Amino acid sequence: MKTITYRDALKEALVEEMHRDESVFLMGEDIAEYGGAYKVTDGLFQQFGKERVRNTPISEAAIIGTALGAAVTGMRPVAELMYIDFTAVGMDQIVNQVAKIRYMVGGQLDVPLVIRTQGGAGRSSAAQHAQSLEAWFVHIPGLLVVMPATPYDAKGLLKTAIRDDNPVMFIEHKLLYTEQGDLPEAEYTIPLGVADVKRAGDDITILATSRMVLHALAAADVLADEGISAEVVDPRTLMPLDKETIFNSVKKTNRLLIAHEAVGRAGFGAEIAALVVREAFDYLDAPIERVTAAPVPVPFAPVMENFVIPDASQIVEAARKLVRYEI
Amino acid sequence: MSKPSKDRMLWMYRKMVEIRQFEEAAGTLYQSGQLPGFLHLYIGEEATAVGVCAHLEDADYITSTHRGHGHLIAKGGKRDRMMAELFARTTGYCKGKGGSMHIADKATGILGANGVVGAGIPLAAGAGLSAKLRRTKQVAVSFFGDGATNQGVFHETLNLAAVWALPVVFVCENNRFGMGTPQREHQRVEDIAVRAPAYDMPGVTVDGNDVLKVYAAAQEAVTRAREGGGPTLLNCDTYRFRGHHIGDPGTSYRDREEVQEQERKRDPIRRLAAVLTEKEGVTEPELSTIEAELAKDLEDALAFAKNSPEPHPEDALQDVYAGAILP
Repeated sequence: MKTITYRDALKEALVEEMHRDESVFLMGEDIAEYGGAYKVTDGLFQQFGKERVRNTPISEAAIIGTALGAAVTGMRPVAELMYIDFTAVGMDQIVNQVAKIRYMVGGQLDVPLVIRTQGGAGRSSAAQHAQSLEAWFVHIPGLLVVMPATPYDAKGLLKTAIRDDNPVMFIEHKLLYTEQGDLPEAEYTIPLGVADVKRAGDDITILATSRMVLHALAAADVLADEGISAEVVDPRTLMPLDKETIFNSVKKTNRLLIAHEAVGRAGFGAEIAALVVREAFDYLDAPIERVTAAPVPVPFAPVMENFVIPDASQIVEAARKLVRYEI
Repeated sequence: MSKPSKDRMLWMYRKMVEIRQFEEAAGTLYQSGQLPGFLHLYIGEEATAVGVCAHLEDADYITSTHRGHGHLIAKGGKRDRMMAELFARTTGYCKGKGGSMHIADKATGILGANGVVGAGIPLAAGAGLSAKLRRTKQVAVSFFGDGATNQGVFHETLNLAAVWALPVVFVCENNRFGMGTPQREHQRVEDIAVRAPAYDMPGVTVDGNDVLKVYAAAQEAVTRAREGGGPTLLNCDTYRFRGHHIGDPGTSYRDREEVQEQERKRDPIRRLAAVLTEKEGVTEPELSTIEAELAKDLEDALAFAKNSPEPHPEDALQDVYAGAILP
């Protein structure tokens, strides 16, 4: 075992896969000498050269389209979009090209493409650098969506994403890069579509994604002191989704609280709620509740940002209400 | 300027006739209600696709447009499987999932027609990048129209391809109308090749309805790309004899007389026929024999398409993802 950061775990995945497979290469804005805006690729161009660690112009549509062209002709690109907010600039390529080309051509072309990007609030980066837009991509057939919360998951899932023949939106969180976690020394991968029960419990299921998993675990500690046993489930990959683990947890605890950093309206939590209501309606002892961002652009002022983005205390409060709920 | 051999010229003649026949048949079928979807005919523009693709091997790549049938046939696409796709049959190139605007053929390097104007341009750059990284000497060609040169992704990709010296030829088919908007109303430049120097790339304009001129210019551009000299913008001045799509008579935004004059003076097939008979010793009966052979071949293609099975409705659920992932 070793203890490393989320950032270094991602870097280890990139290094290992680049050694393993010559067709893997990286491209993105300032990923070489600069090392990437969040330093995930720091030092990789010295190790692999600028052929395989390619700085691009600030041209998101061309980055994605070029990566797609390389992916359908024998390469396995990992394209970095500096902020998930900037996916909007390249959205035609992601939604109309990357996601659909395989289907449109009757399955002739595989698309082994990873789009690494990061989202999330908490640094006063305001409305164009702090969004959580994962639901956009989950909504588009043809894309896979991965959102790791821990260093262990980040490494194992990135390695799998690179080896997969489908396009993967690999969404990191800017406040997770310095989080530490334990990793085995030996190589490992994590399959897509397998949720992880981060903490077992009996009274309520808290389903959380990305950084909200950390808040959910902190909330579970507080709830435990109050005699409430919370189970924390992290789907880890939103598409494909491990529905069974979620259903089984709800059938055990009979209560579901969903926590994500994105705006709630038409968010991923709404999809989970719909699935659980259909599959486990008879098991529910309380309404499904969601803890999500307020439906406003992310504000700049720290006091406003903290108000808009949910944290552990809101999860605790919502969980208490659900556990006390009387039919 | 290098002149093609007589055999090469006859190959080009056959290809242009193949395209013309296919388009005329498709237009008739569409108007009689036998084809679903949209149909954009390439009639009048055949010389561009053929003059360029004359220099490409199966291993080379092209990306195409909504008006793509000509590019596909010129690159080696088979009319029977293309026609089957227009009929939405399982034997079509896309098994009925794509239709006219999405035909692709991995085996001949056709990375797809495209329903979004300009969107195929970065795909070609990506294929070129892939060839460069794999050190294969393959070349990628992107076809697009004058309208596409106002899309951001055109500029982004030409810039990126120039910076990386990618083996790509960007072929603009300036048919003088972006859908129904005359070129002078959608861009100030008349000669689109002047956009090339902005990216420090050679830009060449030729009469796109003279297949020998296209052939000569494309030879230089393809050779430059193949030998590591980087991309070229090849602007082919052409004209669309038909409307934007089959439902557009094409006369609300241009004079009927203008169209008739273009057809009379600039038909690329008749122009090459004149060269073949006047300078290469080919007789009219020999050309008629070629046309009759190809007409018979097209009849077979039509029979193949019409006699092919329709897909099952639930086939719609296949080919979304590679591997075991279900939509």
